[in-house]
Amino acid sequence: MSTKTKNEQSVYVYEVPIRLWHWINALAITVLAITGYLIGSPLSSLSGEAYEHFLMGYIRFAHFAAGYVFVIGFIGRIYWAFVGNSHAKQIFLPPIFSGKFWSEVWHEMKWYLFIAKEPKKYVGHNPMAIIFMHVMLVWGTFFMIFTGLALYGEGAGFDSWQYSWFSSWIIPLFGQSQDVHTFHHLGMWVILIFVMMHVYVAFREDIMSRQTLISTMISGWRTFKDNRKD
Amino acid sequence: MTETFYDVMRRQGITRRSFLKFCSLTAAAMGLSPAYAAKIADAMENKPRIPVLWLHGLECTCCSESFIRSAHPLAKDVILSMISLDYDDTIMAAAGHQAEAIIEETIEKYDGNFILACEGNPGLEQENTGGMSCIIAGKPYTEQLRYAAKHAKAIISWGSCASWGCVQAASPNPTGATPIHKVPDLGNAPIIKVPGCPPIAEVMTAVITYMLTFERLPSLDRQGRPKMFYSQRIHDKCYRRGHFDAGQFVEKWDDEGARKGYCLYKMGCKGPTTYNACSTIRWNGGLSFPIQAGHPCIGCSEDGFWDKGGFYNRLSGINQFGVEENADKVGIGAATVVGGAIAAHAAISALKRSQNKGDQA
Repeated sequence: MSTKTKNEQSVYVYEVPIRLWHWINALAITVLAITGYLIGSPLSSLSGEAYEHFLMGYIRFAHFAAGYVFVIGFIGRIYWAFVGNSHAKQIFLPPIFSGKFWSEVWHEMKWYLFIAKEPKKYVGHNPMAIIFMHVMLVWGTFFMIFTGLALYGEGAGFDSWQYSWFSSWIIPLFGQSQDVHTFHHLGMWVILIFVMMHVYVAFREDIMSRQTLISTMISGWRTFKDNRKD
Repeated sequence: MTETFYDVMRRQGITRRSFLKFCSLTAAAMGLSPAYAAKIADAMENKPRIPVLWLHGLECTCCSESFIRSAHPLAKDVILSMISLDYDDTIMAAAGHQAEAIIEETIEKYDGNFILACEGNPGLEQENTGGMSCIIAGKPYTEQLRYAAKHAKAIISWGSCASWGCVQAASPNPTGATPIHKVPDLGNAPIIKVPGCPPIAEVMTAVITYMLTFERLPSLDRQGRPKMFYSQRIHDKCYRRGHFDAGQFVEKWDDEGARKGYCLYKMGCKGPTTYNACSTIRWNGGLSFPIQAGHPCIGCSEDGFWDKGGFYNRLSGINQFGVEENADKVGIGAATVVGGAIAAHAAISALKRSQNKGDQA
């Protein structure tokens, strides 16, 4: 951490691709959750001739299109973890063998349980956020991508790459297609619960912690509110 | 000389014309090019019939019922003579010791060259408890199955019982009913699954025809089902698919949508998750299939279809919480708890913050 004696110090944390991914991903998840829910529980039946409508078709199209954005975005995000700055790796590789890391997780927990008076300062994510994002977002995303492509491969057919790479082993792994649907559906709720907590914590930390959060994900610059150490 | 299929068919009074029709229809059903019709005819004329031992375990005989109704006229009259069905306790004339002796005889004569057709599955729980059930000729079915399986060239698992377990293996599965491929100590014969409750008659006869024609197993998918019949879902070829894409659904029984033949998705149709050929081959000679009759597919050819909640619910039941739930109920429940926790945490945070400000002031 820099030791400049300025009242407010700023660090450039989130590079452009990370921020772009964050907001595109947020949009994709929104579309995926809404359309996904409507695939499981469709809207009321339409009357008239079948050729006059393509409602379910459009809903499924939006789901698949947003799904591809989600997948390609995540591939890009993984790529950036390799070529980007050190913060780009954080959510993929929690330093679980570091004692300091766990003591900071503990401190962060105490802060959230209103025991610690003050949180510590972090340039990137705080340690608890790293664990939270690694487990719920990174693994949640992997799970949704794998089960999602497995379900897509069923429609694409036996000779599609989606089928041979995903459906062929994921469907038997879960038992049958209906089970993959159920777990994919539950996965949506895991991601939505992640979003609820993520948004709440982002606002809370933005107000109560010692650094900026929301503006950081827009501008990329983390500004600290005080220049005390740690 | 051993009788060929063709000899048998002619003996049964089938004309050569109908015989060739059967061959081309079978080629079409298996998704083969027209050229294969001649190959099938050639195989039927020249190859000796395959001896088949058809064993019955825990089952309801619906597979046999389906099989003997194979709708093509030729198949209907001849199928039982086509294969050399040496043993099938349900429909054979012989009984008692005479019948059981046939198993021995077939194994001796055709060791490693006959097909073992399994209808139903063994209940393995009796091996643990010492109980007795499914006794055939004084011995548990499991023993008969193991004995025959070790000498067979290939095993066909007819129906969902033999393929997946079906109703007798549904939770809590008191008899320990176990699908054929999971029975321990069964030898190394390859297993073909032909699931369905029952499987479509034409699918059953076509699988056997294929094995005779090409002298090998049909190409199987990862789960051991013949690709030619189980590579697509009911939904993919459903004639009501247009209504699904349009968003036109039956909302409840006997409503306007039901009368107009809209999609049965909301009535719990398992067509989108069920691999079978019902929507293409259909049943009873192509007459109809469940969805055409206005009833949702219950997914009878899928593993564990009894244990996915109600047949008439779109979303699977999740019973791990002790009560009937589905993914949405679980999700909304969890989201409500988390939402409540967030609200409480936010309230305490705000309170603490105002307290701290008061302290500093």
